[in-house]
Amino acid sequence: MRKEFRLAGEGGQGLITAAIILAEACAEHTDLNAVQTQSYGPESRGGASRADVIIADEDIDYPEIKRPEALLVMAQEASDLYVPGVADGGTVIVDTTYVKSVPAVNARIIRYPISEKARELGREIVANMVALGLLVGVTKVVPEDAVVAAIVDRVPRGTEDLNKKAFYAGIEAAKELQSREEGD
Amino acid sequence: MKDAGPKLLQGNEACVEGAIAAGLKFFAGYPITPSTEIAELCALRLPKVGGKFLQMEDEIASMAAVCGASLAGLKSMTATSGPGFSLKQENIGFAVEAEIPCVIVNVQRVGPSTGMPTSPAQGDVLQARWGTHGDHEMVVLCPSSVLEAYTLTVEAFNISETLRTPVILLMDEVVGHLREKVVLPSPQELVVKDRELPAGAKEAYKPYAADQGRIKGVPPLARFGDGYKFHVTGLTHGEDGFPTNSPKVGEKQIVRIWEKIHSRRKELSRVEMLYPEDAEVFVYAYGSTARSAKRAVKEARAQGIRACLIRAMTLWPFIEDVLSDVKKKHPKAVIVPEMNLGQMVRPVKRVIGDACPVIPLNKVAGQLIEPEEILAAIKEAV
Amino acid sequence: MALSFEKYLRTQKMPHIWCPGCGHGIVTQAIIRAIDELGLNTEKIAIVSGIGCSSRAPGYLNFDTLHTTHGRAIAFATGIKMARPELKVIVITGDGDAAAIGGNHLIHAARRNIGLTVVCFDNNIYGMTSGQYSPLTPVGSFASTAPYGMLERPFDLCELVVGAGGTFAARSTTYHARHLVNVIKEALTHNGFSFVDALSQCPTYYGRRNKLRTPLDMMNWFRDHAVPVSTWEKMPPEEREGKFPIGVIKKVDAPEFSEVYSGLIEKVRERGDE
Repeated sequence: MRKEFRLAGEGGQGLITAAIILAEACAEHTDLNAVQTQSYGPESRGGASRADVIIADEDIDYPEIKRPEALLVMAQEASDLYVPGVADGGTVIVDTTYVKSVPAVNARIIRYPISEKARELGREIVANMVALGLLVGVTKVVPEDAVVAAIVDRVPRGTEDLNKKAFYAGIEAAKELQSREEGD
Repeated sequence: MKDAGPKLLQGNEACVEGAIAAGLKFFAGYPITPSTEIAELCALRLPKVGGKFLQMEDEIASMAAVCGASLAGLKSMTATSGPGFSLKQENIGFAVEAEIPCVIVNVQRVGPSTGMPTSPAQGDVLQARWGTHGDHEMVVLCPSSVLEAYTLTVEAFNISETLRTPVILLMDEVVGHLREKVVLPSPQELVVKDRELPAGAKEAYKPYAADQGRIKGVPPLARFGDGYKFHVTGLTHGEDGFPTNSPKVGEKQIVRIWEKIHSRRKELSRVEMLYPEDAEVFVYAYGSTARSAKRAVKEARAQGIRACLIRAMTLWPFIEDVLSDVKKKHPKAVIVPEMNLGQMVRPVKRVIGDACPVIPLNKVAGQLIEPEEILAAIKEAV
Repeated sequence: MALSFEKYLRTQKMPHIWCPGCGHGIVTQAIIRAIDELGLNTEKIAIVSGIGCSSRAPGYLNFDTLHTTHGRAIAFATGIKMARPELKVIVITGDGDAAAIGGNHLIHAARRNIGLTVVCFDNNIYGMTSGQYSPLTPVGSFASTAPYGMLERPFDLCELVVGAGGTFAARSTTYHARHLVNVIKEALTHNGFSFVDALSQCPTYYGRRNKLRTPLDMMNWFRDHAVPVSTWEKMPPEEREGKFPIGVIKKVDAPEFSEVYSGLIEKVRERGDE
């Protein structure tokens, strides 16, 4: 098994942190192997941001992603750029707060107002955790409690509860969306 | 850092943890992408282990301070990337000539000049060997993974301390920035070596007399401030450390510091061979490119092609013996993928000669060579 | 009582490389005298130099000595001081070494206030490479690379160090040999970065080209143009023209860097958040 994930948006949305947490959850709290990489632009804030995670139950030799099975897009530019590259039959999670149009692809598209939900929870900065919850809820690539353990390790002290709340909000949203899909 | 057990670490972080495990007590550096995380983590970690971190005014000063601290007895390191590596070369040569143990990390990016600061390359492998002027050997280690960024940093210190020589750890941007699952060796598993201090009367101490120590060709090194009152210079010198005008004494010294490494080529050689037994096509690769090469060789095997990966962790001294053995196996081809325009392919070719085609596979686009590209080259060769 | 120099010298390395009449021997002996008069432990002194005529001095001095690359002595010395703060670290440098190729290290060591004593053997010329102009060569003077006279304006090294935040800067000359010993003693006892601009004569490459044919002419020039700093401070600008101040130009107390860093280690380790 080798699964490729891409998290794309703008600098400052916390996508690299989300990717590190996903990789850490696998590496430190399960038997899975994980590798995380990211594209580095010269700007620290704004500009396109992309973080990749490969999760596997075998050695990960080539550490880069070709066609992700799961793609999260949290900005219009990211959607335009990366959605066409998603694997056939893969999954695209779209933050409808910022992404208004999604190129047509042969993949399952999951739409959810991720950033809006984070605002409702108290701070938009935890949108990355809502997104991570959705990603984990939809793909089930790693157990929820492994991710929660990684969140607690990684996020700044004092923000654990808010981040966990945001993550679970994403998990709940994934459940709802899936049951709705099944009901269709 | 967390205790034992698997963790997700970045290559640059693993390098720092390896250095600290090896006994690093002094780091001087200057910010440069993509090595900066090494300096940042040293700034945070070193004072906690009683070590010292200094951000110097420039790359040259960093290398100089590293030499000074090492002479005063501390295990010392600096880290940089292409442009900074060029700037450090003169003082790297000083460390060679004055036989000062230290570790220089170069996380390679695309050059020449400022190039592509955030993109990987392997364009410094010949500079690492020959960047400083004059005749000398150089020990250059090259990790392919986050775990090796740790273990080879420990090795770099061990070699540097025991042979009294600078050692270069040549990473690339992919390995430096990659986060990967690793299980680090426990302190009990780790072999950490320290330089040999002189024994005997202080007045009789000769800092460059090779017959005084336990290790052949390597003089013990006293610490500044311990009362030995010895002299260290970048001028060609005699056994007493003082400059010499004698051609004979001068040549003897130059040959000895070359010989102390050259004569140990075999023991310094770190190589991983994947499927060597019945192979007919060989791939010589190193650094992050070796990860793509490994994928390609596994895929080739799956398709029934008898391919072998020669993954060099020691770039210099060149793994001549390994390649000589390969030559004896009557290979159909040796493929050399590199993120440069063909640098290590030359020493490979020098050993293989006309025994079979030596095929370069090059990329300088700031992108990792893909397994498919190497696989295609393997298929074409058989 | 006459000072016995032998204990401080590597007499077996003599004769030295300096030309007859060179001022560097006077500055070197001033350093030895200062060390002797202060009664410093010779095992706890490291002397570091760069490249140039002055930088050969450590080879003749019986201490832990380090002869480095051109311009970089202060940076090497910084590593030694950080590694072993208990050592007295003395840097012997020249005006080309310290002010041209090594200028960056000079100002940053001053800014950091790291405990080094830098003695600049300032003969305002590159002697080792036979007489090219340095950043200290006066306007109009002749040098092998200034055959029509020096066009560039020179540094005032003490002002440079003070401007960079240096906590101790002093100047003396080979003519004022006793005074030179005293300022070096003050520099050595200053806790922090200390800089001594020691004017020295190069009759071979500077004097001959600039109508100061003998070493004595050059030393007399020092005598005639040096002004004690206390007098200098009271002089109106027009009287200062062509003269230079000698003595301790700046001395203030500030935390010494290697001690500051040791303090950090203690603090971090006490907190114990490994």
